Amino acid sequence: MTLPSWMSSFVEAIYFIAAVLFIWGLKRMSSPRTARNGIVWAGVGMAAAIIATFFVPGMHNLDWMIGAIVVGVGLSWWVGRRVPMTAMPQMVALFNGMGGGAAAAIGAVELVKFNAALMLVPNTYPIQPEAWAQKAASLPALTPVELVLAYVGALIGAVSFTGSLIAFAKLQGWMDRRFVFPLQRWVNLAIFVAAVVCGIVALLAGIDGHAFAWGWLVAFFALALLFGIAMTLPIGGADMPVVISMYNAFTGLAVAFEGFVLQNEAMIIAGMVVGAAGTLLTQLMAKAMNRSLGNVLFSNFGSGGGAAQQEIAGALKPIDANDAAVMMAYAERVAIVPGYGMAVAQAQHKIWEFAKLLIARGVKVKFAIHPVAGRMPGHMNVLLAEAGVPYDLIEDMDDINPEFPNIDVALVIGANDVVNPVARTDKNSPIYGMPILDVAKAKNVIVIKRGRGKGFAGIENALFYADNTRMLYGDGQAAAGELVAGLKSLDG
Amino acid sequence: MITGFLALYIFMLAAFTGYEIISRVPVILHTPLMSGSNFVHGIVLVGAMVALGHAEGGIEITIGVIAVLLSAGNVAGGYVVTERMLEMFKASKPEKKG
Repeated sequence: MTLPSWMSSFVEAIYFIAAVLFIWGLKRMSSPRTARNGIVWAGVGMAAAIIATFFVPGMHNLDWMIGAIVVGVGLSWWVGRRVPMTAMPQMVALFNGMGGGAAAAIGAVELVKFNAALMLVPNTYPIQPEAWAQKAASLPALTPVELVLAYVGALIGAVSFTGSLIAFAKLQGWMDRRFVFPLQRWVNLAIFVAAVVCGIVALLAGIDGHAFAWGWLVAFFALALLFGIAMTLPIGGADMPVVISMYNAFTGLAVAFEGFVLQNEAMIIAGMVVGAAGTLLTQLMAKAMNRSLGNVLFSNFGSGGGAAQQEIAGALKPIDANDAAVMMAYAERVAIVPGYGMAVAQAQHKIWEFAKLLIARGVKVKFAIHPVAGRMPGHMNVLLAEAGVPYDLIEDMDDINPEFPNIDVALVIGANDVVNPVARTDKNSPIYGMPILDVAKAKNVIVIKRGRGKGFAGIENALFYADNTRMLYGDGQAAAGELVAGLKSLDG
Repeated sequence: MITGFLALYIFMLAAFTGYEIISRVPVILHTPLMSGSNFVHGIVLVGAMVALGHAEGGIEITIGVIAVLLSAGNVAGGYVVTERMLEMFKASKPEKKG
């Protein structure tokens, strides 16, 4: 295929426009009013960039390319349309992992190409500027800086790939347990160091102008992929949002670095913007859980150890749905506190139906959302929005916490760690210091819970044993349905 | 050609842009925004296409196809998921259906 010579400038121009649209789109996405429109702008930029890429000079393998795009787009589109809203966090993890894997694969292609080219040119050791210039004239020339970034990008991308897949599997419930063994941190460190060493050996050979042994490259990728798995396995599900966000930033960085290797400005800008945005988002999430990122990654959260936690006195006091419904029907103010359990049970619609009946009876209803309730910040907001709950009924932690003493009934559905008062009282608890919703200060608390199990952090919840707390056992959706029925029967 | 310090400047400016965009976001939008940025790094598809487009020989083509396949999944999945989340943030309609 021969293309006019101005074509590559044309492609560059489209990339520039795409980069502007990405930034503009993300900017729009950061305000609820314009958010929906933002993704459309970014989408337009993406489509333009993809189409323009077909016109990059010297492209072959178009049949394979189009086939792979059709299959990849088709499958993801189909899956993405079909999954329930509650499964969104793991979908983000899955698609993010794919992006990381792609960045690593690009690095691999470029390195393989570079090595193959080195095998064709005569050995130029020790390195000489003329030799480099000569090689730059041959097609797949990589400068030392590009070579380094190809390795770094591949490493980050590979870790993001397998790490995200493990995060996906954990959130999907395919992998319930954390895998913890003695000296795990040291084993992980050893894997990482080994990956870096393999990379450096291959890298130095390349910079010296030797073709490196393929074994080093293969070992580098294998170890990098293994490290992603090993690093994610010991992290508990409660910390997955932070981890996914971090891998999102990783993928962004990997894309930026590989973009530099390919001299592709759109990749550099978009990748770097995502890398920075993702890093900040990760920090915000870790902060909301009152933990440092290092603590999330390396602490083996909730693994026992350390000082004994305080014993919790009291008993669990059950209540049946009708009594609970009556209690709330005659209350003045009710706060509904949703957590991941509501997402699992898909109870958001029933809960909103219940809330509407309460509102119709003149009860003041608010939804209280902890920043990290669910598996991602904003997860609960998304679900409640899906059910049709208006914004003005949804309150953030900081706004609602001072109000709890005036609330007659707090209905906790599927939330656990984020309402656990031991975060304030027990210095030995692993969640000590985490900001929580002050549900325990409400006059009455009703907790809808499937069983007597512990929360994701695996610690007892003092709230459940408090004098003013009643437990309503059952699946979230079923329990909410019974509450609705209970309210309706009041009106005869 | 982007080289040396010019690249460093681009990295730096892009990083600040990303940081600035996120720093004023309400919590309610954190998940959609993470998903949206996940879509934006789907631009890796462009790189995967270039890598595959210039690949020669079985190994390069195989890895290139994997790269295109994965990144196409990233783009499409990222878009659909983000769009579905944001759809629910449409300006409040006059009447809401339960």
